[in-house]
Amino acid sequence: MLRFTVRRLLQAVPTLFVLSILVFAWLRMLPGGPATALLGDKATPERVAAMNAVLGLDDPIVVQYFRFLGRTLTGDFGNSLITGDPVMEEVSWAFPATLELSVAAMFLAVLFGIPMGYIAARFRGRFLDNATVITTLVGVAVPVFFLGFLLKYIFTQEMSLLPPSGRHDVLIDATRVTGIATLDGLLTGEFDATWDAMLHLILPSVALASIPFAVIVRITRASVLDVQGEDFVRTADSKGLTTQIVRKRHVLRNALLPVSTTIGLQTGLLMSGAVLTEKVFAWGGLGTLLEQAIQQRDYPRLQGLILLFAVVFVLVNLLVDISYAIIDPRVRVR
Amino acid sequence: MALLDVRDLSVVFKRKGTRPFTAVDGVSFSVEPGQTVGLVGESGSGKSVTSLAIMGLLPKRGAEIGGSVTFSDTELLTLSDKQLRDRRGRDLGMVFQDPLSSLNPVITIGLQITEVLERHRGMTRKEARVEAAELLDRVGLPDPQRRIDEYPHQLSGGMRQRVLIAIALACRPKLLIADEPTTALDVTIQAQILSLLSELVSETDTALIMITHDLGVVAGLCDDVNVMYGGRIVERAQRHDLFERSRHPYTHGLLQSIPRLNAPRGEPLTPIRGSVSDNIEWEQGCAFAPRCPNATDVCWSEPPELKADDGRMLRCHNPVAIGDAVTEGAL
Repeated sequence: MLRFTVRRLLQAVPTLFVLSILVFAWLRMLPGGPATALLGDKATPERVAAMNAVLGLDDPIVVQYFRFLGRTLTGDFGNSLITGDPVMEEVSWAFPATLELSVAAMFLAVLFGIPMGYIAARFRGRFLDNATVITTLVGVAVPVFFLGFLLKYIFTQEMSLLPPSGRHDVLIDATRVTGIATLDGLLTGEFDATWDAMLHLILPSVALASIPFAVIVRITRASVLDVQGEDFVRTADSKGLTTQIVRKRHVLRNALLPVSTTIGLQTGLLMSGAVLTEKVFAWGGLGTLLEQAIQQRDYPRLQGLILLFAVVFVLVNLLVDISYAIIDPRVRVR
Repeated sequence: MALLDVRDLSVVFKRKGTRPFTAVDGVSFSVEPGQTVGLVGESGSGKSVTSLAIMGLLPKRGAEIGGSVTFSDTELLTLSDKQLRDRRGRDLGMVFQDPLSSLNPVITIGLQITEVLERHRGMTRKEARVEAAELLDRVGLPDPQRRIDEYPHQLSGGMRQRVLIAIALACRPKLLIADEPTTALDVTIQAQILSLLSELVSETDTALIMITHDLGVVAGLCDDVNVMYGGRIVERAQRHDLFERSRHPYTHGLLQSIPRLNAPRGEPLTPIRGSVSDNIEWEQGCAFAPRCPNATDVCWSEPPELKADDGRMLRCHNPVAIGDAVTEGAL
């Protein structure tokens, strides 16, 4: 198991290396370089050339790449062209917010998705199953931003139950420790801040969870139906095991394999969903940074963000692979 | 008193939008304690469905089961799911055809044995582990102490089948049903598994229902043989009678179609013509009529009954004549 984990970790290194080349190359292929972005469209060619020299953009591309790689490895992503602050600082300020939102959304999606998918499969073809299938179809089809506004309308406007946006109530003075608002309150003992942060977290995380939830329900349902028909389940029944053990040990455990893959892929997609959700709920996370960076051609920041997303994606898939190996012994030997 | 008494068992599969399909049609036979009974037929003859019906393993929806299955004085067909689960694995064991797909790939073979022992023999996990190692040793698995922690994919086909047999026999059932237990195995392994099975059942006095399409298996193992065709039993005889003087044209055809080593070189095989898909309904006449060399008009118009005939049961209007029935040195 340890060897498996180490091997997978080492495999992530070339992946990230190739990725850094792609990110670097892609950004340099975009029309209008960073110099024009900085100086504006009306800059004279001389000024652009001078700026390129200052930024080191007139060096050979290979030199530029290795300079970029060297800085990246030391955690230096350059300074944002918009704010002038180091990208690393901006990102580490905003990342906890996005992390909190994504983890909460994935937690909800898994917590409700797997049981619902399982129940739907058990009651296949009956009312409960049909209702689930339709619900999840709606879940996949409704865009996150629409669902976001709908939730806000119902729970804020009509029922006045939950805060419409933001991460904190302005009246609460919370101390920042990790940047994960719900966790900080627990760490500092400011429980009112945690409670407030949780209330703020509910609507955005529900909106963000809708798609992964629906996908997890469907995959779980299909997978359970598939496994139920397997020969080894018949063997388990022929042994006279209780239905409880047959379901838990023989059906569910095997059915979770494709589900764990799905969770990994959905976590990657969650990042893009988070950008929209953050916009709707004024959630100051990476999504806001990304949106600004794209609009204003903030290359250093874009580079940093894309690499961060990539690293997160690689790490999540590493976790999925490990969980796969825990569930299925056949994966370990490969 | 028979250990298992199957009376007029029928299984009809019904699905919305399709015609009901009768897979098993009025099958009756019985098994004495310690006896080995064969159930022979081609794919689709209803032999596997019969065994699943006895075990109560057919899906609850879509399958209509009629008749009665009495197992040591208990009617199995009317038992609740929970009552059935108490009996399965304890009084009735079953070994399936494909040993790879019949074992759970993600848990150790040790756990797959101990879970039965914990369930039916009230053992703790620790006691069950000791017993499981002994069981694996008894079914001839080499190095059971190490193998017990391995997963199905780490074993060979023959070893997996040994594990399945160990599971089925773990609680010393009175009846073991083996559904084509050697079909998925190499020929050399087949013989090993068969001799293991016959050794174990005679050691523990377990009754065995052997389901197979392979008459060679029957010849080596069974006391009584039931030949099934189109969901009905067409001939029932003791092993020797069946092999030396098969009377039903179908059984006769099966025996004739086995290649013989002592046949003259170049002599063509004699297969049964046609296939199961040529069957006519039993209500119209004899299901085998379209493929039968002896078929006459009566076979197409009147369903034959299962009747006692010369020390056996036979369902045929025109059985093979006694003189012709001798299939010398068939096996």
